[in-house]
Amino acid sequence: MKALTILQYQWKDLLRGKWIVGYGFIYLLIADAMIRFGGAGPKALLSISNIMLLLIPLVGMIYGALYLYQSREFTELLLAQPIDRPTLFWGLFGGLALPLALAFTAGTLLPILYSGMIITASLRSILLILLLGNVLTLLFTGLGFWFGLRFFEDRVKGLGFALVSWLFLAVLYDGLILLAVFAFGDYPIEKPMLGLALANPIDLARITVLLEFDISALMGYTGAVFNRFFGSAAGITVAAVCLLLWTITPLWRGNRLFLKKDF
Amino acid sequence: MISINNLQKKFGARTVLQDMNLQIPAGQATGIVGPNGSGKTTTIKSLLGLVKPTAGEIYIDGKSIEGEWDYRRNIGYMPQVARYPENMTVGELLSFIKAMRGSRTERDSELLSYFNLESEVDKRMRALSGGMRQKVGAILAMMFDPQILIFDEPTAGLDPKSSVRFKQLVHEEKEQGKTVLLTSHIMSEIEELTDYLIFMVEGRIRYHGPMHELMKRQQEQRLESAVAKMMEETAA
Amino acid sequence: MRLLTLIIGLVTGLILLGSVEITQATQVTVSKDGPLTSVQEGIEQAERGDTVRVKEGRYVEFDIRIRKPVTLLGEGDVIIDGDSQGFVVVVEADRVTIKNIGVHNSKAGFMDDYAGILVENAHHVLIENVRLVNNFFGIYLAKSEGTVLRNNHITASGQRETNSGNGIHLWYTKDVEIRNNYIRGHRDGLYFEFVDGASISENTSEQNIRYGIHFMYSDNCRYERNTFRDNGGGVAVMYTSNVAIIDNHFADNRGSSAYGMLLKEINRSTITGNTFENNSVGLYMEASSRNRIEKNRFSQNGWAIQLMANSTDNLFHRNNFLANSFEVSTNSRQHFNEFRGNYWSQYEGYDLNRDGVGDVPHRPVRLFSILVEKQPQSLLLLRSLLIDLLDAAEKFMPALTPETLIDTEPQMNSVS
Repeated sequence: MKALTILQYQWKDLLRGKWIVGYGFIYLLIADAMIRFGGAGPKALLSISNIMLLLIPLVGMIYGALYLYQSREFTELLLAQPIDRPTLFWGLFGGLALPLALAFTAGTLLPILYSGMIITASLRSILLILLLGNVLTLLFTGLGFWFGLRFFEDRVKGLGFALVSWLFLAVLYDGLILLAVFAFGDYPIEKPMLGLALANPIDLARITVLLEFDISALMGYTGAVFNRFFGSAAGITVAAVCLLLWTITPLWRGNRLFLKKDF
Repeated sequence: MISINNLQKKFGARTVLQDMNLQIPAGQATGIVGPNGSGKTTTIKSLLGLVKPTAGEIYIDGKSIEGEWDYRRNIGYMPQVARYPENMTVGELLSFIKAMRGSRTERDSELLSYFNLESEVDKRMRALSGGMRQKVGAILAMMFDPQILIFDEPTAGLDPKSSVRFKQLVHEEKEQGKTVLLTSHIMSEIEELTDYLIFMVEGRIRYHGPMHELMKRQQEQRLESAVAKMMEETAA
Repeated sequence: MRLLTLIIGLVTGLILLGSVEITQATQVTVSKDGPLTSVQEGIEQAERGDTVRVKEGRYVEFDIRIRKPVTLLGEGDVIIDGDSQGFVVVVEADRVTIKNIGVHNSKAGFMDDYAGILVENAHHVLIENVRLVNNFFGIYLAKSEGTVLRNNHITASGQRETNSGNGIHLWYTKDVEIRNNYIRGHRDGLYFEFVDGASISENTSEQNIRYGIHFMYSDNCRYERNTFRDNGGGVAVMYTSNVAIIDNHFADNRGSSAYGMLLKEINRSTITGNTFENNSVGLYMEASSRNRIEKNRFSQNGWAIQLMANSTDNLFHRNNFLANSFEVSTNSRQHFNEFRGNYWSQYEGYDLNRDGVGDVPHRPVRLFSILVEKQPQSLLLLRSLLIDLLDAAEKFMPALTPETLIDTEPQMNSVS
């Protein structure tokens, strides 16, 4: 009841900010353009998932932290009221993550629906993209929340940390892996590589996309480790479990920080 | 009845409250005074659960507040610097809090007219002046008719007229047997509204007792001088 | 008068001939209920041109030899079970027809190529509607001309290459027609060596241990509308000239050495209208020259085309490349082939004059494909933002990718 009231308020507030609508529109425009110009096939889905892999982590982390800062007043107001902190935390998180997820889902799904792609394209691929997008939204918003709480008193630090983290996870991390591959390529490094990739949530999400769209290429790789990982249910299972862990951990840490926090 | 036992609070290496022991009987109006940074606000926030104590316990009506939240139903709090969601209008804010608490009180409209805020109901919080926000804070604190009222520097931003009206209201609440906790730098206000005094320095309670006893002890007619004298003593 | 004699003579001759035909085309019936219970005996009793009718039932016999032109015709559910003793049916005469029967369980062996049906030194044989189950080789044609294999269903449950033979095996044959057969679970679904002028159409060859079809030294053949899917190595075509590979479907061949189709030393051939879908490598070309690869569709392959540098003068024209992980990869910066007028879904150019052709050329070889070539493990970074940035930089200023391997007329929309 309380959580619902909080959610209701936040939704109104977010909609009033129009930001969230713009965010949904970005997906709508991109998905529409991709389907219009790329045809209603795997190409459009791939383009959508590429955009998703880029945008959701960035927006999730930065806006997750920013939102905590923006709603500081709201938080302090509510903390003096008869409400428990977990409810408030999940209310705050849900109040941001759910609208973000909804904006993504609606923005992506609408063009898929009205272009008739829902019938022509692989339903499994569509569902995977939608599901992954939603999981990623929860994951990276949670991560952003954690940053925000970690650097609650220093907004510049928190936002900077979110941005740098994104840059690191999205680009630099893979650069380091690439360097490692070329430096130690003669050694059996598949397992550590897989481990490294699974340890980075953006890579993890990317690999999940690979499992759906690039399995032919992955199966063409000559190493037994990758083949066993990607060629069986093990790959998708491990990826799913890791995604789940990555979603839960920042939220769990964030929740603990929030419960102990002095306001 | 509010009991604070061995309360300690550290922010990092800095100790803000040290071994605080305090009993505030129900229905008593208490003023908390002390120099800046003496731990007044931290004490209040600990009572509200906004600040988590490093050690020690707080009991309200015999029940520990640790991990509890429902006890805040009986506390009205008016913060020192009132910050509210900027995009909300005054009316929305009040009805939101009411909806969240599941309350149907109509005291808010009473209080709105009492503070002459009726014409501001549809204004967003960001459009309000500091004083008006303070008034909204006062309304939020009192609209649910709680048993304990906590005011942190309540009149700091209020114009004299509003200040008088506010004090009048607190006085009425006190008459009704509410427990009142008040911090202020304006000694006359303390004198006017409370009977008991807590004097804090560097996170310790230096005096807790009836106000007139303090004045008698310090051989001063006015609270301000008595407190100033005590500050000098502790500094020495 | 002489004319009349001639006519009479002709008429009597025709009547006589006719009566000869009638008397010769008798029927022999083999049945579990007797009196004839053996297929081999039935064949022995039959005269040239006779039909041996086999009634429903399971006949455990092996090495059944057909040494005269007869028709072996099953009626109902007929199974000839070789009981893993040897060949099941061996055809050694021309113009034999085998129809509507089941042939099961030939012997498996390392020294001899045991088969469900062996046709050796026999021409114009017709094998139709035969269900071959669990034979070492299914149908084995050696030195046979004008033979027709139609509507047969050939399955085995081979586990390893060594204990499994080929579904349809052709060796030194000519002008063979193979149509609408289904082959599964053999070593190679179809295997051709020294075959000339065969027509292979509408067959399905899937889940074979090695190749869906494997042919070499087999010129002038034509492959149309066949489906090769989910075979261990895909399809391998070698040392052959002048073949037409048209409208076939190569799909789901995945693995570190699985190819939709592997071409090795294939020259002057036509590869048109085929679909390559979900293969680790769609089309692999090595030492193959002067081929036309036209109007094919490469969709969702790991590598649409792997083109080795020793392949030259091939033309890739009006193909569609859709959502492949890699479009083209090669092993050299040198290259002497032509790509023109294809549709590439990875093309990122524009078409300002709206003529349907992209205004900037397309470079189908990504930098990343070269990185993967050098260090296969880096494949794990596919679709990473970093890789996309590297690719974009390379496209802008090619340093490692073949500079001349470009499609100068990339299409804006898929071509039909």
